[in-house]
Amino acid sequence: MIAHAIFFYVFSVIAVVSAIMVTVSKNTVHSVFFLILDFISISCLFIMIGAEFLGMIMLIVYVGAVAVLFLFVVMMLNVAQQKNQWFVSKDSSRHIPIGLLISVIIFFELIIVIGGWKYKPDLFNSAKSSLEKGVSNTHSLGQVLYTDYIHVFQISGMILLIAMIGAIVLTFRQREGVKKQSYLKQISRERTEGVEVLEVASNKGVKIDD
Amino acid sequence: MEYLNIIFQESYKILFLLVPVLVSVAMIVWLDRRVWAFVQKRQGPNVVGPFGLLQSLADALKYIFKEIIIPASSNKVIFILAPIITMTLALIAWAVIPFGVEQVLADINVGILYIFAVSSLGVYGIIMGGWASNSKYPFLGAIRSAAQMVSYEVSIGIIIINVLLCVGSLNLNDIVVAQKEMWFVIPLFPMFVIFFISALAETNRPPFDLPEAEAELVAGYQTEYSGMMYAMFWLGEYANILLMCALGSILFLGGWLSPIDLYPFNLIPGALWLIFKILFLFILFALVKAIVPRYRYDQLMRLGWKIFLPLSLTYVVLTASYLFYFNLLPTI
Repeated sequence: MIAHAIFFYVFSVIAVVSAIMVTVSKNTVHSVFFLILDFISISCLFIMIGAEFLGMIMLIVYVGAVAVLFLFVVMMLNVAQQKNQWFVSKDSSRHIPIGLLISVIIFFELIIVIGGWKYKPDLFNSAKSSLEKGVSNTHSLGQVLYTDYIHVFQISGMILLIAMIGAIVLTFRQREGVKKQSYLKQISRERTEGVEVLEVASNKGVKIDD
Repeated sequence: MEYLNIIFQESYKILFLLVPVLVSVAMIVWLDRRVWAFVQKRQGPNVVGPFGLLQSLADALKYIFKEIIIPASSNKVIFILAPIITMTLALIAWAVIPFGVEQVLADINVGILYIFAVSSLGVYGIIMGGWASNSKYPFLGAIRSAAQMVSYEVSIGIIIINVLLCVGSLNLNDIVVAQKEMWFVIPLFPMFVIFFISALAETNRPPFDLPEAEAELVAGYQTEYSGMMYAMFWLGEYANILLMCALGSILFLGGWLSPIDLYPFNLIPGALWLIFKILFLFILFALVKAIVPRYRYDQLMRLGWKIFLPLSLTYVVLTASYLFYFNLLPTI
């Protein structure tokens, strides 16, 4: 038990510190790296409570894909190079009340959510049921998702699909004058049409390019 | 005292796995160069030791004694961190590879997801190295490899789904045991081919070595690295290649199972069979390197998104409907 507690505190301290560093650090790329560290330690915490499937999916989806795209965008924008003057200017203090308000609202929402568990005894039972049966949590998650909550699951899938199509439609534009490669043309090119043997007359030469 | 005992035992086990992996990485570099040379009718490294077997050790010695140069304008912490991360990620994935029925360091329920997660983290070593170098070629190489590795992970993930449909478990040992009747390479042969090509792209091997294309980018993200830090990138890359070969042999070639369950073959331990299969896949990797020219970047992206993704998704539907129709879906 002691080892478990030590690991828990190590991971949670890393998670909290790196979450603070995401907002505090001045270099945007460093912020993203701290965000990744945060994701990794959160997934370690998931694994420690026995939710190994969630922990791995967290690693694959957030760290392996989402954060790579974050990093990609931040590096391309090159935000790190421009010194951010906003933090030292007087304007920054004007936004503190709004920030405080939002954080207080989020704080109370979290309290309500966590406190609300107390009034729904089913939740505790359903969380424990898979452990008692000796089924691995991947199986029990699958069983819950594809039986009780199949409609919610499919609707969320549809929402993601619509969001994806929307993003493609918004950013897609036909540009004029872009040269395109035709694979079929390139592959089906034969030697007979690519190479031409010419009789070159002396002192006259040939016109190669037309 | 009890904890100390556990820690001692575990580190003994880890050493027993890590040392052979590191030695085989060194040997595999030699094999790679040898195969490459034989295809081109050359001899390859054959001077140091018998058949040149000790060439990698000589190279390692050279790398250790070279000076590590850290560019003045680089981001130093991340610059040093990048090869360490590449190397560590390439090695920790070996924890779940089963070499026999009980011969596995960590027999976890979600072994295949663990390997997939670790290999998807591998991109960070490259991105960090490329960005921290603060120069043009490494950055271009890093951007290329980020796009490339993320794209090919998608198809590898869907191929893994194909295999998992036939197994019904995410445990690597269960995946191997499920192939007792028939290796998955037979029913899922198209997926095996796509997995092999995606593994080439995932590990930045030729013909998909665009992140380090020497003709365009000098050496991509490795340009600014020297000495031991360069060697660590290199070792991490080869450890990743070995890992992909191991994953391929576990998913499709029956892992530690012997090809035929008959008398003389049964005697050979499972670990040896796994090593034979890894070597077979690796020689294929090396042959591809020697034979095939490098892809253009748009061809690479087209292959990943427009050909492999639809093909593997279609195959998921086919496999699932076949298993469902003939009532072959694995029971939990």
